[in-house]
Amino acid sequence: MSALSFLARERTIAPPGYSRWLIPPAALCIHLCIGQAYAFSVFNLPLSKLIGVTQSAPDDWKLTDLGWIFSIGIFFLGASAALLGRWVEEGGPRRAMFTAALCWGGGFLISAVGVYLHTLWIIYLGYGVLGGFGLGLGYISPVSTLIKWFPDRPGMATGMAIMGFGGGAFIASPLSVWLMAQFSTPTHVGVAEAWICMGVIYLCFMMVGAWIVRVPADGWTPSGYIAPAQPKRLVTTENVYVYQALKTPQFWLIWWILCLNVTAGIGVLGQASAMSQEMFKGQVTAVAASGFVGLFSLFNMGGRFIWSSTSDYIGRRNTYFCFFALGTVLYALVPYTGSIRSVALFVACYAIIFSMYGGGFATVPAYLRDMFGTRYVGAIHGLLLTAWSMAGIFGPVLVNYIRQYNVDHGVPPAQAYNTTMYLMAGLLVVGFICNLFVKDVHERHHMRAVEADAEVEAAPVFGRQ
Amino acid sequence: MADNTQASSGNALKLILAWTFVGIPLAWGVVQTLLNAIKAFH
Repeated sequence: MSALSFLARERTIAPPGYSRWLIPPAALCIHLCIGQAYAFSVFNLPLSKLIGVTQSAPDDWKLTDLGWIFSIGIFFLGASAALLGRWVEEGGPRRAMFTAALCWGGGFLISAVGVYLHTLWIIYLGYGVLGGFGLGLGYISPVSTLIKWFPDRPGMATGMAIMGFGGGAFIASPLSVWLMAQFSTPTHVGVAEAWICMGVIYLCFMMVGAWIVRVPADGWTPSGYIAPAQPKRLVTTENVYVYQALKTPQFWLIWWILCLNVTAGIGVLGQASAMSQEMFKGQVTAVAASGFVGLFSLFNMGGRFIWSSTSDYIGRRNTYFCFFALGTVLYALVPYTGSIRSVALFVACYAIIFSMYGGGFATVPAYLRDMFGTRYVGAIHGLLLTAWSMAGIFGPVLVNYIRQYNVDHGVPPAQAYNTTMYLMAGLLVVGFICNLFVKDVHERHHMRAVEADAEVEAAPVFGRQ
Repeated sequence: MADNTQASSGNALKLILAWTFVGIPLAWGVVQTLLNAIKAFH
């Protein structure tokens, strides 16, 4: 028997009486750790002063070079989620979580060596490539398990895990600052030591998740839950094979729905601080703006749970209709808040916008489950995350370039974001139309028991055992 | 009957431990963020 046999799916089948409420904490163990990615910028400035300590020396790394660490990490998040989704799905959540923990914790440890040797490519390889794999595997690993344990409330279940990804930054940001303070001296910036500590902490924390997680036994249902005998409209009882999903219009419509919702949100997320100061010059200071950003992050996290839970009652398509309709109005309203100098209205608009940005991430796994069934939902979700990678490029580029274009053409800074906001509202209208076209997946795409087995055997898979 | 009681109390203990394990760091992070936001507003 292999030493790693405890990772096998059959070893993770829950015994009778196992509480399904142990699964969300298992998922949170993973997502709270990998959510650190959102707080990586905390290290940018210290990393640019490793030699000079108090200020950057000529041989210190430039911020532009350091920016690639995060970008490589996000690229490999999307790539690994897309390529390894089926491996995750077929090997079970424990093997995926265990691997994610090794990649994520190991990424920090390798990067600490890179800091110690002052060799940037080691950090690209450690945090960027290996850590990126940990991000992708960790992000999708608990999704289908949660959906199987909570067939009655899949939105709420996946929302809890994905809320953890938002919450991970809240923990990582103060933890990173505190750890660096413990190890820094007048002649040394404590980044390497902080990363060693974080690598070990994250490795242990994620291993607890891998240890707790269980899959339900075949045929298990929550007590009192009766699965619908007939499929409801827009909620299938069939399954679609992972690569077959790519051939359906529904997959690509949802891909665009996610991409447009995230593009609009991510574009203004990075600029929220600068935007509030420029739109309300003399009213909002840099310190107050950072307070707003903290507040918006809380709405981003809370929205993940609240909107995805709400989707269990009003339906996934209606939830996205809310995001796109309400979002269009709110984005279009932002320039008006500047013209009437209402900071309170500006903050209120942004708080709701960010709650819907997070809600979009958290509701999409349940939307995929409704369209394609539970069997390959994690793998299909992995493929869909390429929309996030794309939005990560589109959003900031749109906001930054349009603002710069306006400023270069004499538009006052206070109004330089107006065009961007109207454009974002326009993107959400397109998202609304995409959502309008989402219908049930045609039955020709559904898996049949016999052909499903044949298809699974025939298709190539990365790292198949 | 006794087995059932033992099983459910065991489950309850596991649930408390698991939720505390993830709840404490998350609550700490949220409180830190809120405190920073409040400081900024002042």
